[in-house]
Amino acid sequence: MPPAPPALAFEGISKSYPGVHALQEVSFAVRAGSVHALMGENGAGKSTLLKILSGAHPPSAGCLRLAGEARVFSSTLEAMQAGVAVIYQELHLVPEMTVAENIFLGHLPVRRGVVDRPRLRALAATQLRRLGEESIAPDTRLGGLPLGQRQMVEIAKALSRGARVIAFDEPTSSLSAREIERLFGVIAELRREGCAILYVSHRMEEIFRLGDACTVLRDGRHVQTFGRLAETTPEELVRAMVGRAIADVFGRTPRTLGGPGLEVAGVVGPGLRAPASFAVARGEVFGLFGLVGAGRTELLKILFGSPAATAGEIRVRGRAVAVRGPSDAIRAGIVYCPEDRKREGIIPLGSVRENCNLSARRNTLRFGGVLDESWERENARRQIEALGVRTPSADQLIKNLSGGNQQKVILGRWLSERVDVLLLDEPTRGVDVGAKSEIYQLVFKLAREGVAVVVVSSDLPEVLGLADRVGVMRHGRLAALLSREEATPERVLGLALPVEETIPAPP
Amino acid sequence: MTATPARARLAAALDRAGMLLVLAVLVAVCWAAVPGFGTSRNAADLLLQVSTVGMVASTMLFCLASGNFDLSVGTVIPCGGVLCALVLRQTGSAPLAIAVALAFGAVVGLVNGVVVAKFRINALIATLSTLMMARGAAFVFAEGKSIGINSPAVLNLANVAFPVFRDPGTGAIVFQISLPVWICLGLFAFFGFVLARTAFGRNTLAIGGNEEAARLAGIAVDRVKITIFAVQGLVAALAGVLLAARMGIGDPKTAQGIELSIISACVLGGVSLAGGVGRMSHVVAGVFIMGIVENAMNLLGIDSFYQYIVRGAILLGAVLFDRFRTRR
Repeated sequence: MPPAPPALAFEGISKSYPGVHALQEVSFAVRAGSVHALMGENGAGKSTLLKILSGAHPPSAGCLRLAGEARVFSSTLEAMQAGVAVIYQELHLVPEMTVAENIFLGHLPVRRGVVDRPRLRALAATQLRRLGEESIAPDTRLGGLPLGQRQMVEIAKALSRGARVIAFDEPTSSLSAREIERLFGVIAELRREGCAILYVSHRMEEIFRLGDACTVLRDGRHVQTFGRLAETTPEELVRAMVGRAIADVFGRTPRTLGGPGLEVAGVVGPGLRAPASFAVARGEVFGLFGLVGAGRTELLKILFGSPAATAGEIRVRGRAVAVRGPSDAIRAGIVYCPEDRKREGIIPLGSVRENCNLSARRNTLRFGGVLDESWERENARRQIEALGVRTPSADQLIKNLSGGNQQKVILGRWLSERVDVLLLDEPTRGVDVGAKSEIYQLVFKLAREGVAVVVVSSDLPEVLGLADRVGVMRHGRLAALLSREEATPERVLGLALPVEETIPAPP
Repeated sequence: MTATPARARLAAALDRAGMLLVLAVLVAVCWAAVPGFGTSRNAADLLLQVSTVGMVASTMLFCLASGNFDLSVGTVIPCGGVLCALVLRQTGSAPLAIAVALAFGAVVGLVNGVVVAKFRINALIATLSTLMMARGAAFVFAEGKSIGINSPAVLNLANVAFPVFRDPGTGAIVFQISLPVWICLGLFAFFGFVLARTAFGRNTLAIGGNEEAARLAGIAVDRVKITIFAVQGLVAALAGVLLAARMGIGDPKTAQGIELSIISACVLGGVSLAGGVGRMSHVVAGVFIMGIVENAMNLLGIDSFYQYIVRGAILLGAVLFDRFRTRR
């Protein structure tokens, strides 16, 4: 008897958009009861593949096979009914509805045309129990739940439809360490139950912890499928992804620190529970670590005047500055790259050029006045070149660029003029390995030029790799300031965790 | 197979021309099919007819592009006219009357702007409230009646024309472009330039595209919004003064529902209600398409009841067409 066909197989999938071949002849299979990782730099075609799997876009050529049966979905509903669920980074849930309503959205149990509430509640409770999430009450409003639990609701929703193939798109990017653990537990359980899981992530540790197999895409093509991930090394994966080995993603070179760059004394504001004080020298990179919700983003934004600090003093290169809003901060030489690029960074319908020049003091930041368009074109060209932004032209809409390239454009927005203090909030979230390394190099280059840099990141290796000193935040307080030598992973994590909890002893 | 570059360029050019092309076709069709449409007299009337909507649409473009909109113009227009007529009757001073009307419009706009920008009230609700208040104010000022204007200076605002072509035999006016039309065209040109070429215009589109990103990029979002609303109010009052001058009365019951004509003309031309997208060429196309359709229906003697149905259908058709075009 031949072996059972794989739960999910991609067969020669191609997808082209006008002028772009997003995918070319991609073929690989995902076995039932396994976690198959999907890796590749941004723009490699992972999202397109997921969209084809979910039925959002039909492939230009090729087909899917579910347990051997060839399928081409023409709608997401069809895919759902065939037992395929894709769980995106941005969850597709309705915050104003209850947990139970969200789980059964689109197939609510009805009796004589009216929603059968008791049954809905019971069914939802069953699904949640299956995920070990009994603590979520089916009647809670979804919007009141933390992100990790909302994701569980999304998974419950997929299971309620009888999903046997579940794809996750960067599921951990906004979760806290504890939520990630819960999610991994659930994924392991789904695997035991025989689901086929496609897992898209940039995080190497996760891939190796969860994955049974791994497929790497590059430039829309299938590069390699590692059938037994346990026999592979991270270096091999990275090489397959970028086509070259990255020796050291950080590549630190010695820097000399200058005089005071940024001094923060007793700053208080919304989201902070205690006054924060720290100083960053010119040329220094200061890392700010903490769990999600510890107040890192809040502190950074207060330094940028959004919202303004209610007390305390901010000094830039020794001069006290009054920061009442972003424009004051920018005038004082403080600039901020937001965590949520899509919501707070880019103007999606604007071109790369417009996005790049959005904070030009000689142009947009004036209230009126005629734009200097030849300067804008020249500046955009310069930034695209200097930062290595991959875009067909400066007139391309920024929403068509990959995350890493959008991030570079936003950095470029600030770099056309004098910057004294650079505040980076999760600068490499959703950015692929190659672009990550480029962004790190850029941070070091700016530091060498005398910029005081503050980096917030949830990625501990990133903070430790970048920072000369580390501040740890916990519960809205700046709990500790550590030198590079003091900042061991155990110490930093220990300080970041809630005090009342004990830290598992290292083996 | 991808399209050849030449064909792609043609497609891009057609896409840019968009509704202007539709407008050209419409003019050609009406010229051929509607008796009396192609006369120079009708052209002059048509221009004067669309000038009120056109003026206000040129600033409505900024409201829409910044992701807001303004209903209150619908009553600021009559109220501006009433105030102008009232002050004229009391003082006899034309400059003072016009200044009071414009100041009233600017203040209503300022209130709209502050309520929307600072108190973060939905623009629909905020301007619906001021719409009602300005209607009430117009009736209060006019004591429920219309006020006649007999100042030649004000009446002349609507009647001054250049150039004026007369029939050499009878001396009757064959074609003329009057001051309201020139003002409308001037506003098209001025605000078109402001939107496309100045920091203020760029910031307006950025706010409509992504307000939070614009704020974090250092743009003075509140100030831009308040300015947009204040200018909108001012221009609406100006349109009201010119309308009153044209009619010779300040009438609180005039221009009913004009706010919806203005917004639908903008949307018809291709301005996005969601904000972030808009060009003056959209507005010009939308205003003229609406105006020409109305004009043609009047010439054909179509009952005004049916005209509403046709206008609504055209608007719906235009946005459906646009959705189809952008999804492709």
